[in-house]
Amino acid sequence: MDLWDIFDTEWVPIGPWVEQFLQWVVNNFRFIFQAIKVPFDIVLTGLEDGLTGAPDLLMLAIISLVAWQAGGRKLGLIAAACLGSIGLMGAWEESMTTLSIVLTCVVFCSAIGIPLGVVAAKRDRFWYFLQPLLDLMQTIPSFVYLVPIVMLFSIGNVSGVIVTFIYALPPVVRLTNLGIRQVRPDMVEAARAFGANDRQTLYKVELPLAMPTIMAGVNQTIMMALSMVVVSSMISVTGLGQMVLRGIGRLDMGLATVGGLGIVFLAIVIDRTSQAMGISARDRGHKKWHETGPIGLIRSLGRKA
Amino acid sequence: MTAQIECRDLWKIYGPKSKQAMEAVLKDGLSKEEVRDQFDCVLGVRNASFSVQKGEIFCIMGLSGSGKSTLLRHVNRLIEPTSGEIHVAGERVDTMGAADLRRLRAETIGMVFQHMALWPHRTLGENVGFGLEVRGMGPDARRDAAQRALEAMDLKGWIDHYPDQLSGGMQQRVGLARALAADPEILLMDEPFSALDPLIRRQLQDQFLELSKTVRKTTLFITHDLDEAIRMGDHIAIMNDGEIVQTGTPEEIVTNPKDDYVAEFVKGISRAGLVHAETIMEPLNGRGPTAKTIRVGADLAAIIDQFMEDQEPLTVTCPEGKPAGLITIKSALTALRG
Repeated sequence: MDLWDIFDTEWVPIGPWVEQFLQWVVNNFRFIFQAIKVPFDIVLTGLEDGLTGAPDLLMLAIISLVAWQAGGRKLGLIAAACLGSIGLMGAWEESMTTLSIVLTCVVFCSAIGIPLGVVAAKRDRFWYFLQPLLDLMQTIPSFVYLVPIVMLFSIGNVSGVIVTFIYALPPVVRLTNLGIRQVRPDMVEAARAFGANDRQTLYKVELPLAMPTIMAGVNQTIMMALSMVVVSSMISVTGLGQMVLRGIGRLDMGLATVGGLGIVFLAIVIDRTSQAMGISARDRGHKKWHETGPIGLIRSLGRKA
Repeated sequence: MTAQIECRDLWKIYGPKSKQAMEAVLKDGLSKEEVRDQFDCVLGVRNASFSVQKGEIFCIMGLSGSGKSTLLRHVNRLIEPTSGEIHVAGERVDTMGAADLRRLRAETIGMVFQHMALWPHRTLGENVGFGLEVRGMGPDARRDAAQRALEAMDLKGWIDHYPDQLSGGMQQRVGLARALAADPEILLMDEPFSALDPLIRRQLQDQFLELSKTVRKTTLFITHDLDEAIRMGDHIAIMNDGEIVQTGTPEEIVTNPKDDYVAEFVKGISRAGLVHAETIMEPLNGRGPTAKTIRVGADLAAIIDQFMEDQEPLTVTCPEGKPAGLITIKSALTALRG
């Protein structure tokens, strides 16, 4: 063998090793991964059935009202216009599927990411180990883990949610950690000085004060989930992403454009709405959320009558 | 008179090797610098002992970094002592369990913070009622207590407002109301008025003194301002570099500073209201009582008022009328100069 061409031989066969390991995991532990799918499946199916099953115009009205409640009348109108455009383009069904995947992902990212972030803020050592893991989840190209995900979880919308979950989890963990750490120390000290235990301090002082930052994390998670829509359509996830992918495959520029525009309009609606939810009551002039928007309107009408 | 707060031989050393540092300090009497260099530890409080009697205002005065806030936080154990004993209202705090400690903090000790530390997401009522809330009191009773505490601080009608809608002085009155809401026996005040402008500070000092006269809370009051300490305190402890340098009444501190450090502080203090007739009078030594008299306990300002009319020496008389000593204009002026 020529010493100059030493790298012609594969000395460390990472590829085969990984393949063997994965095969071994699939053969022996597939049932675990199938069990992991169950909660994702339940939430996703519920949301998807609800969103696609409801009459289109009713759904449009509900989402616009939610946007109005969160961000005022103007945002409500923007949401109605965006959703109306999606519907008129003929991408309604697909956009509801995509919305249900994104929402499922947000539910799980929040339910797992916020507690992780809180623990990370309290325990430096835990944060020290968590950080590189989060970096890995964010930087590893999602194409790389598409294959093992398919092998372990098979294809379909639920696997799509899991792929998206891995990619979109880090920001909510990071920003929850940051938000809790940034709470003014004397606020926490005051809570302790008046006899609060750790739990009371967390729920009554730290979490409410960190909420704007945490919501910024949730918003980032939503945006990252949306950016995975097209990639995840490669493991036969349905929805707007699939329109784009099919458009690319068939060089059908029209179809790809409809899918792409649909993603943009959907992104505008959920980005603005989730951002508006993160604005603290302080910055809204101390109005409780139920004193404004359509609910506030109904309540004030109810009082008058 | 019983001591409501008593700290004995309290030490606080910060750092991972605080235990070893503590042993070395006790054995070899290391200085602050030696502790830092040999153990990489910071000496926060050095062998502090003091006691606060029931109902009095006890001021701890020192510059920033002197350890006064650290010392204060030992009383409700927001900071754990490295060594020493803490007794509060008849209970031993330094060995107390977590649940007892939370009860003590919620029921026996109220605390006021330098930067108010009001929670911005809670209304004034929710801020003031926090201590009662964590003890599990119902919302209506909590609101009543908060309302009473706010009224006592002239904040009637603000209960549903938020802290950022108030001025700094009003915010600190909320801070006081929060500390008083559970009707604790003890108040810990960590430079409560130093973030306010001078006029508001003066008003709040007066308001607090007025309030203290009626409710008689045992108060530990931290300040970096000797004028404030003298105005507020029945007793004053002066701290420097984690150590209590001198403890005494305002008059003792001003007339008899223990070392140069204290003397330096005392220099600029007006003594007219602090020095009393019995401190500066000379023995009678056979001289007969003079025509003009002044009572024991009169302060220097009153004595000067007498000398403004004419310069004849004053006879100091006891309450029952017996002459106790003599003050000449010379001794009065000497006392004023310090």
